[in-house]
Amino acid sequence: MNMPFYVAPEQVMKDRADYARKGIARGRALVAVRYVDGIALVAENPSNTLRKISEIYDRIAFAGVGKYNEFDQLRVAGVRAADLKGYQYSRDDVDARSLANNYAQILGQIFTHEMKPMEVEILVAEVGVTGEGDQLFHILYDGTVMDERRYTVLGGDAEAIGGRMKDTFAEGQALSDAVQEATKALSGPDRSLTADDLEVAILSRSNGRRCFRRLSDEAVAAALAG
Amino acid sequence: MFTPGADPGSSFPELLRRVGLTPATTSGEVGAELSMPHATTCVALRFGDGVIMAGDRRATSGNLISHRGMEKVVQADLHSGVAIAGAAGPAMEMVKLFQLQLEHYEKVEGSALSLEGKANQLSMMVRGNLPAAMQGMVVVPIFAGYDLRRANGRLFTYDVTGGRYEEHDYVATGSGMLHAGTVIKMGWRDNLTRDAAVALACRSLWEAADADSATGGPDVLRGIYPVVATITADGWARLDDSELVGVYETIATEVRAR
Repeated sequence: MNMPFYVAPEQVMKDRADYARKGIARGRALVAVRYVDGIALVAENPSNTLRKISEIYDRIAFAGVGKYNEFDQLRVAGVRAADLKGYQYSRDDVDARSLANNYAQILGQIFTHEMKPMEVEILVAEVGVTGEGDQLFHILYDGTVMDERRYTVLGGDAEAIGGRMKDTFAEGQALSDAVQEATKALSGPDRSLTADDLEVAILSRSNGRRCFRRLSDEAVAAALAG
Repeated sequence: MFTPGADPGSSFPELLRRVGLTPATTSGEVGAELSMPHATTCVALRFGDGVIMAGDRRATSGNLISHRGMEKVVQADLHSGVAIAGAAGPAMEMVKLFQLQLEHYEKVEGSALSLEGKANQLSMMVRGNLPAAMQGMVVVPIFAGYDLRRANGRLFTYDVTGGRYEEHDYVATGSGMLHAGTVIKMGWRDNLTRDAAVALACRSLWEAADADSATGGPDVLRGIYPVVATITADGWARLDDSELVGVYETIATEVRAR
């Protein structure tokens, strides 16, 4: 009988993490940032049809970077979980925290038990009734959940982008400022991004029941122009 | 997450079945002594920019008024609305499920269903209610909306078996449908203005309330007015009560002068 080679568990986990991180680093990054009326999500995404940012529920948005089919599967699972919970209990009982925990469970399970980890990083954002209630949950490929307060960066080169965000973020900024700052952070000093290269959506407190809204290319261009 | 073979796709009712949340169907005859609230008259008509939907606010249990403020005309999604007549409990549940299905589809697929698709979806739900309808819990909705692809307003009416019929000009349902329908039939013209169409819809409910005991008229004492909404290319807009006060004062003046 053939015995499989012994591989230390540390090595297995490290290999999987490296694999996932490499996959994520190949894709383009995404920034979520708070502004006075809610949360703006800005992604570098040349495609007009394959979305990285989408609506989950009345006050909750989803964003993912990495492998498209994998985060899209997670997005649909989130929409289902949220709609089921809202139907079973009440629309007020659907919250980002429990959704983020669900995602962490799924990703953690896949990371430890499946052959291949998911090459994704996802964000669950919830806009509060007031600015105090805004929440950003950043979830990694292995199920690690991070709760961010002001802004968060997903994807390759996150550290450099996060550094640039840290320098420019201001509490209570206008939407156009938030979009400009996120775009500059994404592009870095050596390139410039136009509305065509971006996918921008907002969770706005003043948008009625469904807070999620996509900004058209024209609206993004106007925000970038100031 | 579901395996590919068991995936419910973008259908919310199918998702409910997969997770075992389908509501239990009643069995046996619903006795006459078990009276439940019934919702009554609703109308919808086309006008120049789209459609108008209107419904009175009364729900009755037998000869009693069980609710004075029930809203039978509700928004289904941005560009459509649904009006219900029949057993209030199952009807409300159906509307809730219908709204959820439209939103669920839109979120999963990334784009809204076509108006035709929405109408077919509702048809399937009405058909699903057939066993309950056999026991007396009949639900017959009107579906109306603005078709963005054809750029016009459209009306659909249903029968208990889920049969779907598109109406060209106007439609009325519920216990007061005969009176309300006749009023609209007399006053309907092609390309009515918004104000004229609102006045006609309000007038039809007034006449239905005048002749049908299960239909409620405007309740000035309590400040309860029918639900009237327009659906145009800009979406669903419910009329404010302050506007309806004016419309009904005009009608009352006309009736007094007769």
